[in-house]
Amino acid sequence: MIEMIPEVGHYALIIALLMAAVQAVMPLAGAATRRPLWMAYAWPMATGQFLFLLLAYGCLTASYLLDDFSVINVANNANSMLPWYYKFSAVWGNHEGSVLLWSLILSAWTYAVSRFSRGLPPDMVARVLGVMGLVSLGFLAFVLFTSNPFDRSLPDVPMDGADLNPLLQDFGLIVHPPMLYTGYVGFSVVFAFAIAALLSGRLDAAWTRWVRPWTNIAWAFLTVGIALGSWWAYYELGWGGWWFWDPVENASLLPWLAGTALIHSLAVTEKRGTFKSWTVLLAIMTFSLSLLGTFLVRSGVLTSVHAFANDPARGLFVLVLLGITVGASLLLFALRAPRVSRPGAFTWLSRDALLLVNNILLVVMTVTVLLGTIYPLILDAMKLGKISVGPPYFNALFVPLTVILCIFMGLGPVARWKRMAGRELLARLWLSGLVALLIAAVLPLVYHGEWDLKVSIGLAIALWLVLSLMRDLWDKSARSDSRWTGMKALTPAYWGMVLGHLGLAVTIIGVTLVSNYSVERNVRMAEGDSVDISGIHFTMSHLEERRGPNYIAEVATVQVRRDGENSATSFVMTPEKRLYIARGMPMTQVALRPGLFHDLYVAMGEDLGDGSWALRIQIKPFVRWLWLGALLMAAGGLIAVVDRRYRRKLADRQAQTDIAQVREEATV
Amino acid sequence: MRAKRRNRLLLIVGLVALCGVAIGLTLYALRSNINLFFSPVQIASGEAPVERQIRAGGMVKKGSVERSSEGLQVSFVITDYVDDVTVHYSGILPDLFREGQGVVVVGKLNDKQELNADQVLAKHDENYMPPEVAEALKRSGYEPEDYKKMATSGEAP
Repeated sequence: MIEMIPEVGHYALIIALLMAAVQAVMPLAGAATRRPLWMAYAWPMATGQFLFLLLAYGCLTASYLLDDFSVINVANNANSMLPWYYKFSAVWGNHEGSVLLWSLILSAWTYAVSRFSRGLPPDMVARVLGVMGLVSLGFLAFVLFTSNPFDRSLPDVPMDGADLNPLLQDFGLIVHPPMLYTGYVGFSVVFAFAIAALLSGRLDAAWTRWVRPWTNIAWAFLTVGIALGSWWAYYELGWGGWWFWDPVENASLLPWLAGTALIHSLAVTEKRGTFKSWTVLLAIMTFSLSLLGTFLVRSGVLTSVHAFANDPARGLFVLVLLGITVGASLLLFALRAPRVSRPGAFTWLSRDALLLVNNILLVVMTVTVLLGTIYPLILDAMKLGKISVGPPYFNALFVPLTVILCIFMGLGPVARWKRMAGRELLARLWLSGLVALLIAAVLPLVYHGEWDLKVSIGLAIALWLVLSLMRDLWDKSARSDSRWTGMKALTPAYWGMVLGHLGLAVTIIGVTLVSNYSVERNVRMAEGDSVDISGIHFTMSHLEERRGPNYIAEVATVQVRRDGENSATSFVMTPEKRLYIARGMPMTQVALRPGLFHDLYVAMGEDLGDGSWALRIQIKPFVRWLWLGALLMAAGGLIAVVDRRYRRKLADRQAQTDIAQVREEATV
Repeated sequence: MRAKRRNRLLLIVGLVALCGVAIGLTLYALRSNINLFFSPVQIASGEAPVERQIRAGGMVKKGSVERSSEGLQVSFVITDYVDDVTVHYSGILPDLFREGQGVVVVGKLNDKQELNADQVLAKHDENYMPPEVAEALKRSGYEPEDYKKMATSGEAP
């Protein structure tokens, strides 16, 4: 029975593909020809596809846990010595498994849409599910025809597996890819809604209310996914960097930037009925960038930890898929978009205008990152030479754009829709601006004893965001009875915005301080040597060899004591240099002492012979704030989803449309 | 109506101006921040600029790694089996840096045609050969099988 598991998974995958095909064709055809029976295929197919993919995925996981090395994928990426939780996560630590996970998550989102959109008109849901079926069809075909994880190597079964890449044997890898994929793939829901709106010509306030929760959830997952990736790189790669402007990181940042623009333009579309075509275009763009990210990472055109695939057929397949998706949806947009647009009037000083600025800036940021990421690939493809675009390019453009974005971001929440008197805006915000500037000018002096323009600018914009939000909160919670009831009366959507913006401010503080005030020292140390860095003494007390389950490690014990403190408060850090046996691959295991205000970071470099080692010792101020801010942003996105207006209106609508629909269907 | 039209015109002019500025800035930033890749042959023939940041790559020559006995200074030779370039670096080499394997270094050439590296990149995969290096080796007539064999047998070509 156990020998059959991969076959069961393979069959389940094939059945899921067939179901995706039905789900792609029938509901769309039904919606176009007004046949309720055809449309009704969408729901059972969505459920079935999810169940069968779950089964396929479960089978692959079982093969990993049971060490079935006759499956090539398992043999290449696992080892009998690997701890069970890494066997579990090794499923997505390789190309085939991760594409299968992608498909599984897509089907989970499809299933969720089919479950949680009962209140929507059936033809709308049928179209949405149909479009998602199309996407799923493409990806399942990709899995089955180019990257089948169930391929076997019978009858020559290897004795043991080649083991998982040691870099991926880590908690960060267990959580980072599923989060990131959930975000990436979640944008397919918005995309499907956008295509459905173009097909049906229906793009009203109700449509926006359906789309906004889905967008927020996908965006929140993507935010957490990116933050986890950055955190993983920080402690796992041994360099202490948290963002490298690596093409693979950019691939995840691109849909995030476009998705952020989308969230804001959806707000305008819902409240004011404007920006409609633009919103649809952004929805298409966001998902296309998710696909582009998948292409860049999965096709092997980039070389990084993430690029497992070297088969050119795969790259071509994803490229064709990307081309079809982008081409078809843009064609549809060009043909149908004018029908769903309606111009609305606003003055240049209004929330509408500020959100327009937000969108323009975010799109410009997206384009600059995109250009820097694919420019080397384009040049290479045209045989114009091998180049690389380094972090200075991205920093030179991204940082000033962020500063401009934040200046407007402070104004946005305070400004009114449609029009606002400049004098009123000034009256409400001059104090916030002034206080932010003053504190930001003084803080570097207090903190570091030296004036620093870059730090001051970073802190100024972060404080400007926080203080203008506070001012807005103060104004909006003003009530005759008490502030507390005023606070309670504010909607979750508003609180979500506050948290999201605060999160960005926190991240900016983290970025500013860690980029400017980090201390890094590479030192040569033998047993008994000590070094003094920024008032902290590091002493290497001894070196020893240790054995792990699938590696041998050289472990250094470093005593750390702060200036002016006695030995009672000193502590020990133990960085390791591991050699993973199956792959013969060395790995740096960093010793971290995390703290809210600074991290201590000790990594072992290389053995210099004569018993001494090169150690990389770093002090990273406020580095945790980077990820803390991202978590706040994600929390903001999720809190906004529980806003009552998404539910109550849905419930009302459900009662109306269901009755209307039943009547209509009965008469047809 | 006229106000609306004027507004729209303003919007379009604003957008075009902004795009222009953005594209200009982007191209400028791209031009000054691109690192071109050079192989040892190209460096030896003087194709690579001096005192400008470049990337170079090749195999780390067997027995060429020399560490100072005091600090963290290290020097090694990268080769494409036709020409060699000496690289000086101060700091910690990546985990996968090894003699006989491909590396990419980022740094500036001095007037002795030696490279002072700010960064040494070796990849997190045993069989990894940076594509630029692979291509440079191919141009000097070595196929992947050749240098893999040489790397494992430890022979110098």
